[in-house]
Amino acid sequence: MKKNEPGMTLIVKTVTRLTVGLILIYGIYIMLRGRTGPGGGFAGGIIIALSFIHLVLAYGKEEVLKKINRTKGLFLAVSGGLIFLAVTVFTNSRRLIGPFAFSAWLTPLCELAIALISGMGFLVIFLVLVILAEKDEQ
Amino acid sequence: MILPLFVIVPLATAFLVALFADKIKHLGDVLTTLAAAFLLGLSLYAAIAVGHTGVLVAMMGGWPPPVGICLVGDGLSVFMLVIVNLIAFLAMLYSVNYMNLYTAKWKFHALFMLMLTGMAGVIVSGDLFNLYIFLEIASVAGYCLVAFGTDAQELEAAFRYAIMGAVASLFILLGVALLYSYTSTLNLADMALVLAQKEKGMVITFVSVLFLAGFGLKAALVPCHAWLPDAHSSAPAPISAMLSGVFIKTIGIYAMIRIFFNIFGITDAYLSVLMVLGVVSMLVAVVLALGQWDLKRLLAYHSISQIGYIVLGIGLGTPLGVLGGLFHLFNHSVFKSLLFLNSGAVDYSVGTRNLKEMSGLREKMPVTAGTSFVASMSISGIPPFNGFFSKLIIILACIQKGCIWYAFAAVIGSILTLVSFTKVQKYAFFGKLKEKYADIKEVPLFMKFSMVVLAVICVLAGLLLLPPFKFFLNDAARVLLAGKEYASAVLTATLK
Repeated sequence: MKKNEPGMTLIVKTVTRLTVGLILIYGIYIMLRGRTGPGGGFAGGIIIALSFIHLVLAYGKEEVLKKINRTKGLFLAVSGGLIFLAVTVFTNSRRLIGPFAFSAWLTPLCELAIALISGMGFLVIFLVLVILAEKDEQ
Repeated sequence: MILPLFVIVPLATAFLVALFADKIKHLGDVLTTLAAAFLLGLSLYAAIAVGHTGVLVAMMGGWPPPVGICLVGDGLSVFMLVIVNLIAFLAMLYSVNYMNLYTAKWKFHALFMLMLTGMAGVIVSGDLFNLYIFLEIASVAGYCLVAFGTDAQELEAAFRYAIMGAVASLFILLGVALLYSYTSTLNLADMALVLAQKEKGMVITFVSVLFLAGFGLKAALVPCHAWLPDAHSSAPAPISAMLSGVFIKTIGIYAMIRIFFNIFGITDAYLSVLMVLGVVSMLVAVVLALGQWDLKRLLAYHSISQIGYIVLGIGLGTPLGVLGGLFHLFNHSVFKSLLFLNSGAVDYSVGTRNLKEMSGLREKMPVTAGTSFVASMSISGIPPFNGFFSKLIIILACIQKGCIWYAFAAVIGSILTLVSFTKVQKYAFFGKLKEKYADIKEVPLFMKFSMVVLAVICVLAGLLLLPPFKFFLNDAARVLLAGKEYASAVLTATLK
């Protein structure tokens, strides 16, 4: 095993490598399942964020920052907000589609928006705290 | 369907600014100022529309009130909307120049718009839990904005503010939860109907105490005022103007009186509590303000004192008292915002907030000095400025109700305010200019413009008492005086 490598031991890294994809898919599953059953955007989004946080813990933050950084995370979270706002405005404008037009196909879109807001918001807060902690140590 | 726009427009602007303003120069300034101007125009339109047609109700998704969430615009709501959007627009214009003192301007814009979303939401919400949610949105944006300079002192003030705000929010949330379990509804109109049919029990008394503590903390009534001078003096000047001018009134006073008058139905016991709190705030804070040498801290103490006037006026519960309280609410937001913008202008040009270090700024900064003089005279209640009329109405209402001592206290408060602002004028603007300030300049155009507009409103606002504009104040006062008729007004408006 190489010395001075960031992150935890080989065992943790291997387990993480095997499970992190499953966690991500499980998060997406929970997110989409919210339309008909228990689950939904908030829980799904948090699980998706947890898969990234899992990576940070096992491999150190550099690995994760290659995939997603603060700016990208913030971008996704804010676009989630905009999507949700757009759906709300769309369903509430009588002139466009009539009063009771909240059709079922809009639900997954809402779930996606909520997942983006909650998950990416959570992740960005975590990353900011990690980066701040590192600055303090220096 | 204009009511949802008051929430949608600032929220969408906040998101758009957060997405793009970092990349495109001046986009944040342009977008937020345009949005604020649009909202101001829309709120004036809403005020006229409500004056003509009565209560406006917007049902979310088309579901009628007890089932769905609704937004309600009545006389009081549009009155508050006009105030909030007026001050927000002028503060936004002011910050075009002023916020160049800080970095990361787009974050300021995004947070400012979120705060505006929260305030507009509190005002138009017809649903108790949504009111709480919007209150939290506004508060959290407020905590961040107080800490915007990220100096040690600002962070400390913001931290203290956040703790006190969180305690207040928890009181309110507990009150909402108890009310929900007691009435099984969250819609304000429906809740008023359900409460009217139940016998008066201890639950309502307990919830009233919780709300009084929670909203009283948010409004900084005297026993719970300690966070305000720090928080309001640490924020950037346009934010101080927003926080002192409209924020504490919207999420403190407005939410409290809406629930007490329109949902619970006001009783003499509540009224006397409000009056006592008002008088105590008025006198204690003004005495504390006398000894301050930091300009913004002095102004912050005066905010507490003037909130006392508003609460005293509304707490009288008579038509004249409520009218005076609401009129003072309008006037206070105008002149206190102006005073905070003045202090920001002095800070911008001279670089100090300490009154002892300034002197004779009148020569170099004529616009700031002139507008600040107008605002000082207004807040001290000198005729013909707007503060005089509202204080006069409050004092007359006190006498009319037979509360001579309250009227006397209001006069004393006003005199002490005058003393304190004479001190400000003497040390900051009159006297001899110090040599080290020989080359200071007047502030840039947009800052001057906002201050002049507010000063003009200070001079002209007395006209609101005259017949052509009287409906604006009267409609707002009528909503409070009608008490629990709010419920039937909202439910009739839904059927239209």
